[in-house]
Formats: sequence, C-alpha cells, structure tokens
Amino acid sequence: MLHTLSIGELGKSLKSGQISSVELTRHFLSRIERLNPALNALTTLTAEQALAQAAAADARIAAGVQGPLLGIPLIHKDIFCTDGVRTSCGSRMLDNFIAPYDATVVARLKAAGAVMLGKANMDEFAMGSSNETSFYGPVRNPWDTAKVPGGSSGGSAAATAARLAPFATGTDTGGSIRQPAALTGVTGLKPTYGRVSRYGMIAFASSLDQAGVFAHSAADAALVLQVMAGFDPKDSTSVDTPVPDYPAALDGALDGLKIGLLREFFEGLEARNSALIHDALKIYRSLGATTVEVSLPHLPLSVPTYYVVAPAECSSNLSRFDGVRFGHRCENPADLMDLYKRSRGEGFGAEVKRRIMTGTYVLSAGYFDAYYLKAQKVRRLITDDFRAAFAQVDLLIGPTTPTPAFAIGAKIDDPVTMYLNDIYTIGANLAGLPGVSLPCGFVEGLPMGLQLIGPHFSEAKLLNAAHRFQESTDWHRRAPRGYD
Amino acid sequence: MADWEVVIGLEIHAQLATKSKIFSGSATAYGAPPNTQANLVDLAYPGVLPVLNAEAVRMAVKFGLAIGASVARRSVFARKNYFYPDLPKGYQISQYELPVVKQGKLAVMLDDGAVKTVGITRAHLEEDAGKSLHEGLVHASGIDLNRAGTPLLEIVSEPDMRSAREAVAYMKKIHTLVRYLEICDGNMQEGSFRCDANVSVRPRGREKFGTRAEIKNLNSFRFVEKAIHFEVARQIELLESGGTVVQETRLYDSDKDETRSMRSKEEANDYRYFPDPDLLPVHIDEAFIDAVRATLPELPDEKAARFARDFGLSAYDAGVLSASRELGAYFEAVVGHSSPAGATHAMHAKLAANWVMGELSSALNRDNTDITASRVTPAQLSGLLARIVDQTISGKIAKDVFEAMWSDGRSADHIIEASGLKQITDSGAIEAVIDTVIAANPKQLADYRSGKDKLFGFFVGQVMKATGGKANPAQLNELLKAKLGGGPSEPV
Repeated sequence: MLHTLSIGELGKSLKSGQISSVELTRHFLSRIERLNPALNALTTLTAEQALAQAAAADARIAAGVQGPLLGIPLIHKDIFCTDGVRTSCGSRMLDNFIAPYDATVVARLKAAGAVMLGKANMDEFAMGSSNETSFYGPVRNPWDTAKVPGGSSGGSAAATAARLAPFATGTDTGGSIRQPAALTGVTGLKPTYGRVSRYGMIAFASSLDQAGVFAHSAADAALVLQVMAGFDPKDSTSVDTPVPDYPAALDGALDGLKIGLLREFFEGLEARNSALIHDALKIYRSLGATTVEVSLPHLPLSVPTYYVVAPAECSSNLSRFDGVRFGHRCENPADLMDLYKRSRGEGFGAEVKRRIMTGTYVLSAGYFDAYYLKAQKVRRLITDDFRAAFAQVDLLIGPTTPTPAFAIGAKIDDPVTMYLNDIYTIGANLAGLPGVSLPCGFVEGLPMGLQLIGPHFSEAKLLNAAHRFQESTDWHRRAPRGYD
Repeated sequence: MADWEVVIGLEIHAQLATKSKIFSGSATAYGAPPNTQANLVDLAYPGVLPVLNAEAVRMAVKFGLAIGASVARRSVFARKNYFYPDLPKGYQISQYELPVVKQGKLAVMLDDGAVKTVGITRAHLEEDAGKSLHEGLVHASGIDLNRAGTPLLEIVSEPDMRSAREAVAYMKKIHTLVRYLEICDGNMQEGSFRCDANVSVRPRGREKFGTRAEIKNLNSFRFVEKAIHFEVARQIELLESGGTVVQETRLYDSDKDETRSMRSKEEANDYRYFPDPDLLPVHIDEAFIDAVRATLPELPDEKAARFARDFGLSAYDAGVLSASRELGAYFEAVVGHSSPAGATHAMHAKLAANWVMGELSSALNRDNTDITASRVTPAQLSGLLARIVDQTISGKIAKDVFEAMWSDGRSADHIIEASGLKQITDSGAIEAVIDTVIAANPKQLADYRSGKDKLFGFFVGQVMKATGGKANPAQLNELLKAKLGGGPSEPV
C-alpha cells in the first residue's frame, strides 16, 4: 500500500517509474476524500493544483531530475502562506484571505518538487493544545475520534497519523508539533529557533515560533528538514549557519552518547507513562548510550513564563488584523473605532482574545516590569539551565506530554489545565532548542511520545538518536485502525 | 509681573535619504501615486517580516559621529503599539531604551554672534507611518502607505533652549548638518525634515521645570518660531491668571496662528513598548564606525573656522557662507578663480563674500531658487569682481552688470564692453566734465564756497549723471574738491 511506504521508498518507486507522482497524489487525495470527513484534519483541499504539481514532478522525473521529495505529496499547516490559496490560520479573521505569496517553507518544498494536497486545520492562530479553538471545528484523533489530536498543529498530526499524506508541515511555539505528534503516534520535529525561516508563517509569538515537520519516521523527517532548513535573508532571526547532511547522519553509532533524564519531567508523572520512558532508556543503553539524571531547577517555571511572553508578542503581532487591508471586516462600520472593535470582535475566537488581553495587560505601563521583564529574566535562567545540562550530557530525554490524548471538550473551558498540557514542551521553545517527539508505546490504547531535546543546531544528532531508536522499535509503524 | 524663563526641547524628525525603506525593499521616492511604493511588508501582510536596511544604520552613525555623540555598540528596535489606519502593523518599529546614538552636542551661533551649546540626548532610528487622505472623499478616508516604512532619524535635544530664536537657530543648524552629511534632503515642504517642540515656562531662577506642552509636526522654521511664541504667551497668561498648564499634545494651526489641544496626558496612548522579536539587536563594531568616520565631510563648523582663518572673514560671514555645502563650494569657487592682480587674497575673498551674501543671495531669493540653480556661475561672478578690483567699473555699476549677467548670462567683460560701462579713470576727462558742471551751476558754486558744504554731493551727482555713473568715484572726489577750491569740508 502506497500510504504505508516511507518517503525513501516512495522516492525509489517514483524514480524507477514503478509509480507516478500523479498516481501517488490520486491515492492520497482519495484517502482524504474518504477518511477526512471523520477527522476534519484539513481546512482546504487543493486537488486540482496538486495533480498539476504531480504531473510537473513526473515530467521532471522523466527528464532525469532527482530529489528526495520530488513528486512526494504533503499537507501544509494552514499557518503557512500559500500563493493563491486560502490561508486561514484556523480563524474566521482570515477565512477570506487568499495569500498573495508563498512562505519560504512552502517555496522551498515547492522547488524541491513536493506536491501540496491541501492545508491542515489548526488551533486558531496556533493558540491551543487540542485543536478545539479552530474556526473550522475540532480535529479528531484517528486513534479515537472522541479524543483530541493535540494542538496547535492538530490537523497536520491527525493527517499524518491517518496516512493522508507521507508528511505534513507544522509549527511549534510551545509544543505545537511535539505534543500533537505524541498524541497521534507520529514523529514530530521542532528544529532550533532560526534553523527554518519564519517568513510567510503567520506569527503567533515571534521569539518562540519555529516551523517543523510531522512524518512517519525520523528518517523521513530528516529528508524533509534537509529541504526546509537554511538561512533566509527575509527572516532576520534565521541563522546563517551551514545545514548538515541530516539523512547521512542517521546511522551514526550511539556508543558513548550521554543522555540526561530530566528529573523535573518525571516528578508527578504517572507510573505507566514513566515506565514507557524507562523502557526507551533500556533500548538506548543497549545501543551504547549512558544515562544520567539531570536537574533543570527553573524548568517548572516554563508554563507561567511562556504565558507571559507568548501572549505579549501575540497581542502585538495580531494588531495588523484590523479590518482595514485584508481579512474579516464587519458590516457597515459606523466609524473607525467601530470598524476595529467589531472586525476584531467578530473575527477572533475566545482563546485568541484571551491571549491578546493577557498580552496587552503584561505589556501595559505599570505591569511591564512585574510580568514581561520578569518573564524575560526567568526565560534567561531556563536557557542557562539547559546550557549547564548540555555541558554534562549530549541529549535530554523525557515524556512529551503528561497524559495521552484527552476527550474533546474535557479541558476547553479550563484554560490553565489546558496550558499545563505543554508543561514538558515549552522549555525547549523558551531556550530555542530543537526537540523531537517519537512514538514510544501506548496507554489505554492511545499513543504516547518520547521527547528528545538537544543543544542548538543539534538536529543531526537528535535525528540520529531518534532513528536508531526507531530501528529497534516499531511503535512508529503502528497505524490507527481503519487508517492502516 | 513675574519674570518668566522659557524652556524648549526639540524632537527633530529627519527622513533619511536611503533609496529603499528601513525594513523593506520598497522605494522611498516622494510623490509617487498612492500605494505604488508599498509592498507586502509595508502593507503588513500576514507572515511578512522586517529586514533592517544597513544604509539607515550607517547614516545614523554618521550623524552620531558628527555631533560627537556616543554610538551604541548595541542598540535595540522596539515596537510602539497603537491602532491607526496609516500604521499597518498596529505598531511602529522604533528604538526605545537602547537608541543607536546617545549624548552628543551641537554649538549653535545666534543672530548676535553668540554661541549656544545644545545637548542632544539621543538620536534613534524608526519607521515613518503612512498618510491618511481625506480630500475629495465623502464618508470615507483614503490611506496612502507610500511613506510607511520610510526611515527616520529622531533627534531629541535636551531642554536647553531658552527662546524661540534659539530653537530655530538649533533647528537650522541640524538642518545644515544633515544636508552636509547627505543623510537627509532637508525638504521641509515634503516633510523630510520636521519637528515637535516641547515648551514650558518657569519663573526665572527656579530650577524645577514647568509643565510642558508638546507641539506636534512643525514643518517650517517660521512655524516653529510662531508656534513657540504663541505657546509661551498662552502658558504665561494661563499661569499669571492663576491657572495651571496641563501636560498635553498640541497642534499648531498656521492659518490661525495658534496651538490647540490634541490630547491630554490622560488620553495618551499606552504604547506598550517591548523589544521587537522579529529583529536582532544591532551590533556596531569599531571597524564599522571607523569606516563611517572616513566618509565624514568637512563639517559646517570646520568649514566656517577655515573660512575665517584662510580668508579673514568675520565669524558671522564665515557662518553664513558655510550654511550649506553648496554655498560654501560656490564661494570657494569664486575666490579660487584666480585672485585678480592688485587685490590681496583676503581682500578679494571679502569682496567675494559680500557679493555672494549680498547681490547673489538677493537674486536667488527673488527667483525663489537656491545656489545650486544660480544663473551666474562662480567663474562669471569672479570675472565681475576682477573688474571692480582693477577699477574698470565701480561697485555701483557692477550691480547693473550683475543684473545683466543674471538675465542673459553674458560675461562681465562682454556686458561692460557692449554697454560702454567702463569706468572713466582718465583724470583729464573727469576734469573736463567737472568744469562743465561747475560752469553750468554758478549759484550752487557760490553757495558751496560760502559754506554750504552739503552741496558737494550735488556736484558729485551732477558729474555722475553726466558720465552715466562711470566716473571713478575716488578720483572724482579728489578732483572735484580741488576744483571747487578750499571748500569748508576740507580739513586744514
């Protein structure tokens, strides 16, 4: 079955002419047509454009052009601007917004010959941990459609888990790739801040946002990151440092690799969840790695720190949605203030409004020092904790989430409980570090994720460690029933 | 009535003369049709990001070096958040806590020749907003974002000025400086150079400043002066009648010549400044500063000092002639065109200075143009001055020659020749005319000789009239005195 093959295997079949990109694209389009209605993983399907891109890819293959993603279908999170295609960001505000340009991530994948099938549903403006804040309704978890897929890249995660595409793009501001990857049993990579361009990616919290990938394996993720990564002169925060050969690094030996167990991640973790991580540690030790417990004393402050920094930045980033130049505009505004108030009042959902208000508050005169400045100081302490830890160990390991997927509706009315879902993922964002979530077992029939965090620009090592784990396990090959 | 002291600080906005905007590649040229110079970044489309224009930083550093300021090795762009239709992002990218230029000063010469030193607190980079258009629209407003993202250098002075006159002199000096540095075209009609004035008054002798009002968007030297005068009078009147000045932003209405309240401190926006996470801090190293320093031109004060030293000009004349690079260059070109025989270098320079500041400036003003568009070239003017020095023509005739030169572009020699304006220096010829005049005016001669010495002027006038003004004045004086004979004006 085509949807069970890896990107590497699909590439070989395309190159040999065994299959065409058009056939492959049709296969996934028909899966989407059949399976997506139960999942609501996509906001927009671009079938016609996909078939044209696939035909173009076939022509390039026939002309002898080679490339690991040439002719391979994908789904883009609807946060990436796609030229001529609606880019909604999961919001009513941009329900009518046809992007006039491609994000750098989109342009790079397009140039590599990858075929866009459509756009993935997401939490509104990437604000959420369950994909319930989307204007287009919740995405359902293919392992149990009564459960959330996580968020904010819930559509990308669910689509990858349901084998609606070989891979999907996502963004991770506080865990928005790793948490849904864990809850849907796929591999999710969040690169170092600055490794992948943010140009054309609609900003939530600029100092935290980073684009990454959902795939069925670390090996597939390496192929995709190879195309996405690299300096972009249009993004001042992208870093001009060479991109290593990620696929070539996958098979490196793990002898002598020092893995640190994040003590703070295991405090209060349920025994059966903790057991899965310890099983993984056994595998790493059998591969030659050594494990040692490390402590990051300031890490428990991650969630409150994040919920000051991220809303502060979002309150400013979302000011451009004012009903004047693009996006939702209210009917018959009486005056300028009415235009602003009603356009924004109607265009934004509750969670987005909550964060804009929180962010406006923490930046306001008289509160700035107590909240924003303090949070920046704590952020520095957390970053320093990670730096100290990486002086002792090569990688850090822990769970991706405290629990498996929860029921749709269970937490949506309790923001603080919802925010605590990202307790294990936020630290890496605050410090700008790369992290990967790998399927590592099941609890009550739902997948759980193992998280690896590395120093800045250690994606090659992270993917190497992830790949070697996946060579010894088959959790990442499991597909939900009905989607296999 | 109390003796009030006026306290003024200026925030000058100089539009930097970069080709493209400060955070996008759009052109900055003035006057294009609305929204033709606004790309996706300027329009603040979802997903776009700013990229700093290094040229704007270079210009800011150039300014910092020119005022002897400290150039920050690390400066930070911040977001100033507020909603307005001509502000597409809903925030302006500016510098707040860490500006690129800090603590400079500028010596300003006042009309009376006194020199005032004004402290410059800071100069920071920021982007301009767009423009709202209301003219010709009914129940609607237009927005032109061509200007959005144009780089500005905001130059903030200390509250060091004590009169409108000082404020204008300071603003003019900054205007001169930014044009010398070629970092701003200084065009005030187009808004390339404008200022906000912070004005307060306090009883003389008191240390504590009075409450200030900020007058926004003054785009001419005259308006700055008038707005300050109005505002000072308003505040004094208010205080003397028992009222208090409230801290507020005011707008100057040039039609009514008054300032009026825009918004009070209470209504002021809370701008929620914070560092812009889309831009890295700007790091400036010694090598960059040295490279910029190497591009600094001779600065106005340096040029004025040189003019005074090398040409023997007064401080005032040297200051006027160095007020723009172009004027200074013109003056030097006039002097440089071979000092005519018979004139010392300094004498010729002084003559050139008088003519550039006098006849030439009047002609330029009359034609409403500037030195770069002068119809008389330095070589032409120099040719005219040479004829004054060698006494071919008198200074008075020279003015007529200049006018002719201005209107038809011929050389001085050509005009003098063609119009027969050559000065009469032949004593015999002058004496012959004097004799005729004396013979024709026996009564005046008698009166003169009987003590009405004022009539000497009458005879000079008659001779000049008869010679078409061409008689050499010094010779005429000497010969006339001799002919009129022992007049009472002659000291023994």
